[in-house]
Amino acid sequence: MQGILKRSGKFITEVVVLVVFFLLVQYLITAGLLNQYFQINLTSLCINVILAVSLNLINGFTGQLSLGHAGFMAVGAYASVIMTQMFNMPFIAGLLGACAAAGLAGFIIGVPTLRLKGDYLAIATLAFGEIIRVVLQNIDYVGGPAGILGISKLTTWAWLLGSVVLTIVVIQNLVNSSYGRAIISVREDEIAAELMGIDTTKYKVIAFVIGALFAGLAGALYAHYFYIIKPETFNFLKSFDILVMVVLGGLGSTTGAIIAAAFVTVLTAALQSFPAIRMILYALILIIVMIYRPQGLMGNKELSLKTLGKIRGGNNGSSANK
Amino acid sequence: MLEFMQQLVNGLSLGAIYALIALGYTMVYGIIMLINFAHGDIMMVGAYVGFFSITVLGSNVVVAMLFAMIACAVLGVVIEKVAYKPLRNSTRIAALITAIGMSLLLEYLTIFLLTPQQRVFPRDVFPMHNYHLGGLVLSNKDIFVILSAIVLMIILQFIIRRTKTGKAMRAVSLDQEAAVLMGVNVDKTISITFAIGSALAAAAGVMIGIYYGTINPLMGIIPGLKAFVAAVLGGIGIIPGAMVGGFVMGILETMVSGYGNSMYRDAVAFGVLILILLIKPTGLFGKNTGEKV
Amino acid sequence: MRARKKVSILVLMLFMVSIVAGCGGGTDQKAAGDTIKVGINVELSGGTASYGTNARDGAILAIEQINAKGGVLGKKIEAKQKDCKSVADEAMNVSAALAGEGIVAQIGPLTSGDVAGSTPVMMDNKIPLIAPAATASNVTVDDKTKKTRDYIFRVCFIDPFQGTLMAQFAGKDLQVKTAAIYKDTSSDYAKGLAEYFKKTFEANGGTIVAEEGFVKDDRDFKATLTKIRGKNPEFIYVPGYYQEVAPLIKQARELGITAPIGGGDGWDSPDMVKVGGPEALNNTFFTNHYSSQDKDPKVVEFVKAYKEKYNKEPDAFAALGYDSVQLLAQAIKDAGAADPVKVKDALANIKDFQGITGKMSIDAQHNPVKAGVIIEFKDGAQVMKTRIEP
Repeated sequence: MQGILKRSGKFITEVVVLVVFFLLVQYLITAGLLNQYFQINLTSLCINVILAVSLNLINGFTGQLSLGHAGFMAVGAYASVIMTQMFNMPFIAGLLGACAAAGLAGFIIGVPTLRLKGDYLAIATLAFGEIIRVVLQNIDYVGGPAGILGISKLTTWAWLLGSVVLTIVVIQNLVNSSYGRAIISVREDEIAAELMGIDTTKYKVIAFVIGALFAGLAGALYAHYFYIIKPETFNFLKSFDILVMVVLGGLGSTTGAIIAAAFVTVLTAALQSFPAIRMILYALILIIVMIYRPQGLMGNKELSLKTLGKIRGGNNGSSANK
Repeated sequence: MLEFMQQLVNGLSLGAIYALIALGYTMVYGIIMLINFAHGDIMMVGAYVGFFSITVLGSNVVVAMLFAMIACAVLGVVIEKVAYKPLRNSTRIAALITAIGMSLLLEYLTIFLLTPQQRVFPRDVFPMHNYHLGGLVLSNKDIFVILSAIVLMIILQFIIRRTKTGKAMRAVSLDQEAAVLMGVNVDKTISITFAIGSALAAAAGVMIGIYYGTINPLMGIIPGLKAFVAAVLGGIGIIPGAMVGGFVMGILETMVSGYGNSMYRDAVAFGVLILILLIKPTGLFGKNTGEKV
Repeated sequence: MRARKKVSILVLMLFMVSIVAGCGGGTDQKAAGDTIKVGINVELSGGTASYGTNARDGAILAIEQINAKGGVLGKKIEAKQKDCKSVADEAMNVSAALAGEGIVAQIGPLTSGDVAGSTPVMMDNKIPLIAPAATASNVTVDDKTKKTRDYIFRVCFIDPFQGTLMAQFAGKDLQVKTAAIYKDTSSDYAKGLAEYFKKTFEANGGTIVAEEGFVKDDRDFKATLTKIRGKNPEFIYVPGYYQEVAPLIKQARELGITAPIGGGDGWDSPDMVKVGGPEALNNTFFTNHYSSQDKDPKVVEFVKAYKEKYNKEPDAFAALGYDSVQLLAQAIKDAGAADPVKVKDALANIKDFQGITGKMSIDAQHNPVKAGVIIEFKDGAQVMKTRIEP
């Protein structure tokens, strides 16, 4: 009984913290205290977090190297824009449509390619990402290489924070469920998992589809903030950007992905005046992290209050839960 | 019929270049099971070395190619020692990610040091001469490219089949641990493999510079990708496969542009890749070896 | 654990948000001080880096020359250049950063897509943007409302202009009845040109016998050219950029295609002759704002100065970048103050501004009304064939 009360108390606490946080930033925005530059970067930060966390599910937790994540972002972006701009549907419909379309794309691409192993899978996903881009470039209905211009600015702080929280909650819950354990077992030793009777393909596809779905969500949010989308935006370099975040944060740590996404967003902004160095730096980060600290920043650990508590001298009461 | 023959000629010279690059991919994969993403960019470095050799040192085509091949052989060995060797016992994902990082590093370092602008190969270094065979146009460049590629491939086959080094390379790619037990110096063998593969890519790079006239820091990406597809098509790890795969890709691409829709030319390469991976991942010449526990 | 994790993740986000705030652009300052700040927001990395770099080089040269003569309104121009990475969202980000640094106007980006990314920020902050080379018509005019965007201007042609021009030239001057189009399908500029060429050519009674495409970075065109050769067109229209067009023309001639070939201002670069070779380029034509071989003293001066500073020859992007700055300087002078809104008004009223890319007046759609020239390559030299006044 006491346990349940404690847990619901904690749940209420976190909801309250969330709401307060939301209102705080919302106030700052409405009062014009946060300048435009800050708002743009905050939006980029949220979108990057969603992208990194969703890719981490595929690359980190399931251990399948997917190099075409930008392709799913593109599918979501275009789907949502078609719905809101050409069919005048409300934003929520666009977002749901984006998720559905991206998830479907994830399924269509995932089922055939996830039978492949390691390197082959990576190349196949890279190829699919490029195919999506080339196909979009040749469809005149969505503007071809020029893309779609003049997208209404429907993404707000509320949608952004809501989407970020949703992404984290869903993926964390998935990882901590029996599905999650199956997924992690695929990463650890696929042959052993199969011997234990786990349908590895099924779980790989599940992870892939969910990852793709959230990438689509990120794409839709992106499109409705940045006014224009074109196929070139979602090329391999974009997939690579997301990969850097996931690798830096630690393949298999959601917190790591979040921290790294923030770090990369800030770094990008700081290096606006030094273009060539930025790419060299990212490449070096990738190489150095892989050689000297392949577990990235967080390994596969998550940040928990207990750790914070230890740092602060243990004045945060601990309970039986980990 | 004439048009078909012309397209065939077009395809053969394109294919020869793909074959040279594909060989590097396949050799490296055969020996350490790594897709060297940076291979296309090594080709680009070779092109640049050749370019500077011609414009700054005033050398002729053959000397420039030799220079490029030596420079890239060294580069390949260095990259292997610095970036891939430490990861020999890591997961495949780690090695792949490092290779991607290396590829981007080469590209953006070149941009940083040499600007993103394209460089033009001086036209008089290889004066053009067209041979007309009853309506068919064959330039001396076509002949040079196809012949050089064939010569290099023959040399490669000789090395693999008739020398001790080649034997060592075959041994290591079959079973690394057994090779060690038999006294093969695995490190040296791997280095030599990288050196040869990179040298071939460098030759391809110089040829591209001569044949198409311009080079730029990002020129390695698309040909690299297509050559990789060629290697997979032939059976990755199998050297004759890479040669055949290269020519097939060149001819296929040419035929699609010539008879189909040119706007989807690049998509064809990706499509072929997906098809092979789904239908016969081991490629045309590959054998099916299941993964053992 | 799940609960703890979520709260801690939120704490983390708060932490991140404050970092972003800390690194956020400086305080909003208006253009105070003794310099006039001009933002240069161009593609310095990514797919279109070579275009952006050249435009930036041209712009910087102009700024240096202006400053050497004492600046504008007694103040020196301070250039603030940033890289928009060939992506529209970064263009928006950079514009916001520049706006926060108190710029009077922004030069760039280059591609129509990236200009679109900047547009909302420029309009919100009421700061004018001059696009050196963005050619899509909807850059300065909103497609849906048909209204001109107040703060967006350009110094280059719009797509309809060049395509139509070449079609008329081909039909009337060269008197060809059939044409093939071989365009860069990865570029909205080229697609736009091709679209208008086709419209005009067909409207004047011509027939398009083939329509093919290549993409950026392609270097091998023989297969498709062989196919086009089989259709025997009297004229081939190749809208695109010189990096691809030069080897394309060379290969076309190698295959025995002798028909005249035409294109747009994307052809303008010394690399055309270097790569294609003088013989191959004979009997080719392109529409342009000006000719780098023009004997006009202003152009000669520019080419000389550019070569001295950068040790390379300027291409069309460099010239347009240069003119963008010069146009801005003129507008600031006309406005009498380095105030963005006043400068915007001055820009809208520019008449007969003599740039190196031609004499231009800004029209109601914020596009320059200027003469177009048709240039023919003769033995490796650019020769002006005709000038078409607006």
